[in-house]
Order: sequence, then structure tokens, then C-alpha cells
Amino acid sequence: MSVSVLVVDDSKLARINAGKALNQLQPEWRRVEAGSAAEALEIVAREHVDVALIDFNMEEKDGLTLAAELREGNPTMPIAIVTANIQDEIISRAREINASFVAKPLTAEGLQGFLSGAALRLRTSS
Amino acid sequence: MIVVSAIELTELEQDALTEVVNIGVSRAAASLRKMVGHQVLLSVPAVEIVTRQKAVALLGERESNELVAVQQSFSGAFSGRAMLIFPEENSLTLARAVTGDELPADELLEIEQEALTETGNVILNSCLATMANMLKRPLTMSIPQVRRGAGSTLFGETGAADSDGLVLFLYINFSVHQRDLRGYIAMMMDMPSLVSLKGLLGEFIEQVVGGQQ
Repeated sequence: MSVSVLVVDDSKLARINAGKALNQLQPEWRRVEAGSAAEALEIVAREHVDVALIDFNMEEKDGLTLAAELREGNPTMPIAIVTANIQDEIISRAREINASFVAKPLTAEGLQGFLSGAALRLRTSS
Repeated sequence: MIVVSAIELTELEQDALTEVVNIGVSRAAASLRKMVGHQVLLSVPAVEIVTRQKAVALLGERESNELVAVQQSFSGAFSGRAMLIFPEENSLTLARAVTGDELPADELLEIEQEALTETGNVILNSCLATMANMLKRPLTMSIPQVRRGAGSTLFGETGAADSDGLVLFLYINFSVHQRDLRGYIAMMMDMPSLVSLKGLLGEFIEQVVGGQQ
């Protein structure tokens, strides 16, 4: 079954950019996009998602809060927080919920490590 | 869509500008975190191109007291001046935060100016450098200066060069955990610079969108 990856970012351009990087690295994966945390939760309630790439700084609900909510129902899902805001508190919150970090602006090089790890984790758990 | 006289940004240009600024400010927050030793919280930036009068009014709605600003001029493909603005009463709190609460009051006053300059430098440089890198055009930045006064003074004309000045008003709330601090970032540019910035945003979008699939 094909892998589906959820991209959550309030910037359309950032979602396009993430899509491009994903397409270079894992062209077979199916991409699903959400423009907010609320939209992401709707998608997850409706369909199966294997991997999540989540922007940190979003209106209403930030990416780490969303990641923590996703983590509750998905203990092994590979989740990455995408941000340029690498502060100790943010890193430790991400660690608590076992999420990775990917630097913004997102590039294929920057995403590669997380995606290879995610692909490996999905293969071994299936 | 924003429309101010001859300049308007499309939805995607606005999105691109917000995203570039967001990345710059996020990096700045991470640097500021190191300086103040407490978590720095950021809002999502709201970006608007407004006239000088509107910028004064926007700031006036939110802040009734005196303001202090760290200002840095920049020049390159687009030129102007960038300001980090906060309420005057936050000025000492900020100085105290970046000096780690160790200085007695009299020394704190002495170092206040320097603390403001340094903080402004970190935040403004991070925004401007991120814009320069992402839009692929170098910008030269001047040494930061501290200015004080009401919004009308800060946005006032400094010379003929920006007489038709429009302001790229980036409203961003930054606060430092356990401290009462908030601030705004504004960039003042003349029409040719905004036109040039719009063109560069178009190129940037083309690069992101163009290579799709």
C-alpha cells in the first residue's frame, strides 16, 4: 500500500515547497495538504496518514500542539516539526512527543534524513 | 489583496513575504532565546503595505505611550530602513532581560542603549539577511541606531529619498517568557523599492512553483 504523508502549513507556498521536496525524495508517496491544525485533524479523522510534516508557527493552534494530539492516537507515526525557531523549549517539547525537527526553509537535503528514517520505520513496523 | 496607490501584492506574493519574514523572525527568536535565557514567544506575522499615515495610525491604535525603536538602513535591490519598535516602558525590561538581571539600576541605565541596539541588531539582521538569502539579492545593512518618540516621529521623513514612503508594516508580537515585552517590526521603503521587492517575490514564487512535478 502506498505511504501517505500529511503536510500541514498555513502558507500555501510552503506547502508547495514541501510537496516539491517530497516529490524529489519519495515520488511514490501520496501527499495530503492541510492549511491549519483544524484541517489536519479533520483529515486524520477521515483517512489513514503514515507520516506528518508540521509547520510550527501557525495561527490558533501551533504545530507542536497539533503534533501532541496526533501522537496520542498514533504512537509510532513519524512526525517532523518544520521550523527555523530552534529554541531549547521547543526542542524539548518535540522530544517529549517523539517528534523530529526539519529546518525551514524546507529543502530536499534537509528533509532527507527524516524521510529515510520514516521510510525505515514504516517498513519495519508493517 | 492589498492595494495602495500603484503597488499591490497578489495573494501568493503576500504569502511568500509572510513566510520569508516568518522564517527570519523565527531564527531571530532562537538567537534572542540565547541572549535572554528564557523562551521567546512569537505570533504569526501579519504583513501589510500601508501609507506612512496609516502606519502611524496602526501603531497609535495599539500603543498610546512613547515608543523606542532600533533602526537599521539597508540597501541593495531594494532599499529603505527597518525598525524594531517597542513601547518605551519595555526598554529597561528588555535591557534587564538581555543582561541577565545581574546589573544594579545605575549600570543598567548605562547599558540600556547598548542592550537595545544589540537586540535590534539580532532581530533586524535576521529578518533582512533571510530576505536577502531567500530572494537571492544581497543587502547591505548599516549600524543600528536607537530612536525615541511617538509613531509619527519614528515614521517621519528622514530625507527626500523616502518622501513617497510606504511602509511594509509587519505586525508581530514577540514576548519573552515571564517578562512583559512586546514589539513590532516595520520596514519603510519607497515605491521603486517596493516594486523591486514585488518583482523578487515573483521570481521566488516562480522558483518554488515552477519546478513542481
